[in-house]
Amino acid sequence: MNKARRNIWHSVAAHGILLTYTLLALFPVFVILINSFKTRKAIFRHPLQLPGPDTFSTIGYETVLKQGDFFLYFQNSLIVTVVSLFFVLLFGAMAAFALAEYRFKGNALLGLFLALGIMIPIRIGTVAILKMMVASGLVNTLTALILVYTAQGLPLAVFILTEFMKQVSEDLKNAGRIDGLSEYAIFFRLVLPLVRPAMATVAVFNMIPIWNDLWFPLILAPSEATKTLTLGSQVFIGQFVTNWNAVLAALSMAIIPVLVLYVIFSRQLIRGITSGAVK
Amino acid sequence: MQDVKAKPRFKWHIVVFLAPAVLIYTAIMIIPIFNTLGMSFFTDVDNRQVFVGWQNFNTLFGDERWADHFWNALKNNSWFFMIHMLVQNPVGILLAAILSSPKLRFAAAYRTVIIIPAILSFVIVGFAWKLILSPLWGIAPWLLDSVGLKSLFAPWLGLEEYALTTLSLISVWQFIGIPMLLIYAALLSIPEEVLEAGECDGLTGFSAFWKIKLPLILPSIGIISILTFVGNFNAFDLIYAAQGALAGPHYATDILGTFMYRTFFGNQLQLGDINMGATIASAMFAIILVGVCLYLFAIQRRLRRYQF
Repeated sequence: MNKARRNIWHSVAAHGILLTYTLLALFPVFVILINSFKTRKAIFRHPLQLPGPDTFSTIGYETVLKQGDFFLYFQNSLIVTVVSLFFVLLFGAMAAFALAEYRFKGNALLGLFLALGIMIPIRIGTVAILKMMVASGLVNTLTALILVYTAQGLPLAVFILTEFMKQVSEDLKNAGRIDGLSEYAIFFRLVLPLVRPAMATVAVFNMIPIWNDLWFPLILAPSEATKTLTLGSQVFIGQFVTNWNAVLAALSMAIIPVLVLYVIFSRQLIRGITSGAVK
Repeated sequence: MQDVKAKPRFKWHIVVFLAPAVLIYTAIMIIPIFNTLGMSFFTDVDNRQVFVGWQNFNTLFGDERWADHFWNALKNNSWFFMIHMLVQNPVGILLAAILSSPKLRFAAAYRTVIIIPAILSFVIVGFAWKLILSPLWGIAPWLLDSVGLKSLFAPWLGLEEYALTTLSLISVWQFIGIPMLLIYAALLSIPEEVLEAGECDGLTGFSAFWKIKLPLILPSIGIISILTFVGNFNAFDLIYAAQGALAGPHYATDILGTFMYRTFFGNQLQLGDINMGATIASAMFAIILVGVCLYLFAIQRRLRRYQF
């Protein structure tokens, strides 16, 4: 009896703490989203009220769509993220396969060399990266960003994928060899489909930092035509500081795509972090 | 002829598999990092790079115009890191411990929501909190008023003594889900038998956490600490988004990342200086390297890993 009562208290306390934190996590997002649909007056008078029939307004969104090229920014972010992810996954998986499958001189050393980048952030090299991009005429191109993000994503991708490639059954690969498959066919047709879950994990891990990065777009591609959504909203908000409707709408427009992506990928992300890939 | 055939053929496919990753990684990451380190030993004289040895570092650490900013940024960065270690990681562990209790309902929902801030960009997070804490809008004073603490309100982001701590806490708010998930995963991997054995010895609830689980998740806490360290000493975006490149008020929120950006690109007050920018990057590299080595050789080796 006593024990049962104590358990109830425990569970009330547990839910109390978690619920408090959940509210704290959601509160800013909630406040931004609801106020982006209100008139200026209502934003200031009743900041915590949901937009009602007489306070509803989309004036902020109209300003944003008129003033900033948000569709272009969104498209840039999408291209950079998707293409970088493609190369990180393809090249990362190829290298991981070679490291996991073949014994050759310097295998361990090469693995260590590639793993260096997990701990040393690429930002340290920014000064020289910019110099290089200026010299090769890649400044203000999406290619510059794609190259940098590919390089940035590879170390962790190779590290995680090597672990998974080692678990693919030896017999399967040898059966393929006996059937006369080339090493390339073994990799693309037998091994890659088997490590798809690990690839998804790597993709989700890389997607968020690439999409959200402000540093490299600001330094390598700040031109109007190549702005990413993150940089675009930063610049836009900086210019419209006093127009609260526009600022709130711009923030919401930056939040919504990420939230949608998160809803789609959240299980993958959580499974990825908790799957022991990071031990 | 026979001899040639018997010799193992050179395995071109290994090269093909490795080449793209190794080339891109080396060309875009490793070489620029070393070039940056190299550039910190040069200075610009009439558009020509001239070797000056350690002079840039002497300037950075000793010359009044630079040293004040550098030590200020380093001090602020250390405080930024301290707050993460003192708030983010303990609260993350607490949340994970609660989440991992076996019969908790809605665990998946809590878990999913608590990570949401971590997926938002620094720009969103910075501005969202700036608006909420703004005395103009009044959400924060209104909330404090509703619990009778209105007198506590101050424009935290605008005051030199509070701005950095406030920003650190905003960053903690954003990233708390990451340590939470990692610890959560570590807690889930503790086998039932170990806990049951503890229960037989009378260890339940809090004491079970303290005496059984905590020692078992120490390696994960170590990883979180080093990830926090690298992330914090490389931070830039949140400060830039919320306070701008000048890291106001009066450099109170300046950290190494914003200092490097300002030096490298210049701002209203000074011209950009590539070589001093590289020098600051080298200092950051050294700090991160020392931290990582300390972790690898001093901490990780002493932590016992348990295999179940």
